[in-house]
Amino acid sequence: MAVKRFTLTRYVYTFLIVYLIWYAFTTSLQPAEIITGIVLSLIVSYITVVNFNCCDPILITPSHIIYFIQYFFVFLVALIKANFDVARRVINPKLPINPGIVSFESKLQNHFAKMVLANSITLTPGTLTIDVIGNKFYIHWIDVTAEDKEAVYKEIAEPFEKVLLKIYGSSK
Amino acid sequence: MDTLNKILEFAGLFFVLLGSIFLFLGALGIYRMPDLYNRLQAGTKASTLGAMSVVLGVGLMQPGWLIKLIVIILFIGISNPLSSHALARASHRSGIRPFFKKKIDDYEEEVES
Repeated sequence: MAVKRFTLTRYVYTFLIVYLIWYAFTTSLQPAEIITGIVLSLIVSYITVVNFNCCDPILITPSHIIYFIQYFFVFLVALIKANFDVARRVINPKLPINPGIVSFESKLQNHFAKMVLANSITLTPGTLTIDVIGNKFYIHWIDVTAEDKEAVYKEIAEPFEKVLLKIYGSSK
Repeated sequence: MDTLNKILEFAGLFFVLLGSIFLFLGALGIYRMPDLYNRLQAGTKASTLGAMSVVLGVGLMQPGWLIKLIVIILFIGISNPLSSHALARASHRSGIRPFFKKKIDDYEEEVES
């Protein structure tokens, strides 16, 4: 794990994000709500600040925001395709499946980026992440068309990883 | 203003209908698939997009709730794949063998070695 130390900057930053989520849920400016939110956010961010590694301030630059939006659309298209894929297989009376468990290696270093990649793979057509050990991803594939690692990587992970590498490329 | 409300309401109804169709197909998938892993596949994808679509439809019909509902949509998007991953991993480790037409199982080799 990437162990992060407790610093005041990180604490304030985590607090702001946690409070923002609270505000999105309550959407009210009554004093009672605001005070409850601040107290709870202080406690929650104190507990989670050491493990909170998703949204470092250095990542918020205009080009990164464009990549995040690009990733969102790549992901949305894949999710919709996945649903039509499931629908096609389920409705077909012959149930055209050929399942198997394949593996590939990812180039990503950042833990949060790996989590995002694994979740995205689960929500794309015909694939389900079973485990991630180090850099190796194990994928249950509903219709295996390739067995060797390179081909599997090209087929499953490439469109997502291209964008994630641009965002998280060198950071750990 | 009135026409806008009408349009939003119809858009909302459309999303709710779409979401329910996907949820139904997911349920059918869970019924028809041969083993746990394939059922998880069908269940996860269909229930994620189905639930997101229903929640978004409700948000369009009641614009006052939209912000809260978007937070819920994000939460569904993060937590749904995580839970199915945990289920798949736990089942494989506790010895539930997947259904194969031709056996390809990289994970089994890794766990046993």
